[in-house]
Amino acid sequence: MISFDPTDNSVQARAWYRRMALEQMRPISRKYDEQEHALPVEWVDYYWNHARAGAPGSATGPSDGFVQVCIQAEELCFGDAALYLRMPTAALGGSAVAATGTPEQRERFLRPFRESTHPIWGAMAITEANAGSDSAAIQTTARFDAATDEWLLNGTKIFCTAGEGASQVEGGFVVVWATIDKSLGRGGIKSFVVPAKTPGMRLVGLEKKLGIRASDTATLVFEDCRVPSGNLLGRPPKPKSESETPSEGTRAGDKGFKGAMATFDASRPIVAAMAVGVGRASLDFLIEELGRQGVALRFDAPPREVTALERDVIDMQAELQAARLLTWRAASMMTRGKPNNLEASMAKAKAGLAVTKITQKAVELLGPVGYSKKLLVEKWMRDAKINDIYEGTQQINQLIVARRILEYSSSQLR
Amino acid sequence: MIEFEPTEEQTLIVDTVREFAASELRPLARESDESAKTPSELLARAHELGLVANSLPEEFGGGGSRSALTGALVAEELAFGDLALALAVLAPSLLALPVADFGTAAQKAALLPELIANASCAGTLALVEPRFDSDAYRPRTRARRDAGGWVLDGAKCLVPWLFGVRHVLVLASAGESLAGFIVPSDAAGLKVTPEAYMGVRALPLVELGLDGVRVPGDARLGGETSPDLRALVARGRVGLAALGVGVARAAFELARDYAKQRQAFGAPIATKQAIAFKLADMAIEIDGARLLAWEAAWKLDRGEDATREAALAIHQVRRVALEVADGAVQVFGGHGYVREYLPELLLRNARGFACFEALTLV
Repeated sequence: MISFDPTDNSVQARAWYRRMALEQMRPISRKYDEQEHALPVEWVDYYWNHARAGAPGSATGPSDGFVQVCIQAEELCFGDAALYLRMPTAALGGSAVAATGTPEQRERFLRPFRESTHPIWGAMAITEANAGSDSAAIQTTARFDAATDEWLLNGTKIFCTAGEGASQVEGGFVVVWATIDKSLGRGGIKSFVVPAKTPGMRLVGLEKKLGIRASDTATLVFEDCRVPSGNLLGRPPKPKSESETPSEGTRAGDKGFKGAMATFDASRPIVAAMAVGVGRASLDFLIEELGRQGVALRFDAPPREVTALERDVIDMQAELQAARLLTWRAASMMTRGKPNNLEASMAKAKAGLAVTKITQKAVELLGPVGYSKKLLVEKWMRDAKINDIYEGTQQINQLIVARRILEYSSSQLR
Repeated sequence: MIEFEPTEEQTLIVDTVREFAASELRPLARESDESAKTPSELLARAHELGLVANSLPEEFGGGGSRSALTGALVAEELAFGDLALALAVLAPSLLALPVADFGTAAQKAALLPELIANASCAGTLALVEPRFDSDAYRPRTRARRDAGGWVLDGAKCLVPWLFGVRHVLVLASAGESLAGFIVPSDAAGLKVTPEAYMGVRALPLVELGLDGVRVPGDARLGGETSPDLRALVARGRVGLAALGVGVARAAFELARDYAKQRQAFGAPIATKQAIAFKLADMAIEIDGARLLAWEAAWKLDRGEDATREAALAIHQVRRVALEVADGAVQVFGGHGYVREYLPELLLRNARGFACFEALTLV
């Protein structure tokens, strides 16, 4: 049935994360926006010690599944999107391992996130200087060394979120996309788990950004970086001599590029939910501030009395809610195991753009108050913009949506 | 639990209505717009389908399954066929639903059996007024008490007036409250003037002049309980939002199919990002607007105040329906501007949502 009624678990989780957002994140929002590359120790420690296990709730009661995950992401980004990205979790690296790894790999790489005695991070390294949305164009190579049964990685990755923590703190890992054969195009692209501190992986820089400054956006260089063959995510490629059919040798590709792209179907609704969280921070503040100034918002005002301000705010509310509902729909499909490639991209495209505009509008409507660094409204505008860029830009998501609705392949609609 | 899947029963209804819209409404869309007429056979077939009766109380012969959400699903499908004909098909609910919701026992007994059994529309509703600032919540049309009855003065427009209308529910300000009065279509002082608009031309619409129209005390909807009918505005907005989504979807699908077939520079224009991205945006906006309408409908079904949700939904749909219809005209290029194709009709219809209030109810 169609219902917008959250389960008790979701309601509880929302309240729990909202409190965390307001009590743990907001008070240090400005501090770590200004101290760009500092580790937000109080937040990292708090999360690791008190929040890692998740919100209290009933394990057996009804669950909203991935919608609840979206609700959590929204609440935490309502707190602070950058601190959310700095949480010690397996993050996107974890999603990749969960989506494409074997059971053994999932156990090996994800267990430390439950058992480590200190905070650790996971990350995903895809983007290169000349390969962003066109991830099939990546140049980082993986060469198999049969003598040592290892893969050798060579290349440079940029824009790796949580890349400092994941590459430098023992126990974490970076999932690196690399090609094992450039002539195969996207078919040659595989993902490899590179544990933190692996020799040959170097952190060479952190980006200085418009927003989400508390998030470590790393440049990682790989120089003959060796990982065991068992770190290639998915089914290990069999040596050719053992293969029974010609196709068997290429089976490693089963979960290669396609599998990696499937992680986006899972992560895009979450990024959309994060966007909605930032947008809500801004919009809630705007409405509260208007209330403090004696401006009440009416949904039944006489047409000739509706102010431009009221109209703008109604528009912002409608846009934010449309984005939120598209996000929940994509997440709900995931819970049901239904393909959601189209809906995930719709949610991400809508939320990224809607929230970019909402946060910009809030700065405008609040005048000097919104523009001032005394408050966080200007920060939310800077933080929001990334949502229309990472995890697939607005345009790449439009492209995905367009291909789906037109039933065009990637070669028919470039 | 937060879910987005219609029930099996709703899916069945949607499939039936979709088929009905495809076979009965869409083929008539152009012709009925040109002739500015709703074919009476269409209304008879819609009545057989029980689209309105299904949501009316069983004790008066209805189906007893009232749901704003189901109503929204039905409305979208019908409007996907054609907006003007959808409004005509759903018109019996304009009087029947308010009577079912707010009417006294006597009002229900007097009106519902006929509204349910009779295929020709026997009731309508008048809310919008012929002013730039027509206010759904505070009509200028006023009702004042007089000698145990009521006297109505004012003007209404955009009142659906299909063949066989016997009663019109006139919404008027009674003091501070939004009240409804059941007025016979031949009441003294009631002047009925046919109107024509840019869009929804197939739907017969009239302007009503109310010049000292006297009705007895029991003509007030709900009688002595004097219910405030503000909730009807939300019910209208949810229904209109769903209709608007249907119009937008019709425009989108026409544009999508045309873009895949129309060749330029040796390839379908849909293979160009300028067109493909426009279509992608249309699809995204339509889905977002639909979910807002669903949420508002869901809230109504829970018996909660949905003023805010309905306002957000109609706000969004007013923009989305217009933009998508305009986009369809643009994708069709010159062909979008000529009456041989439907986009121009959809654009004219879509603009109507800016001023429609309570032209349908869920």
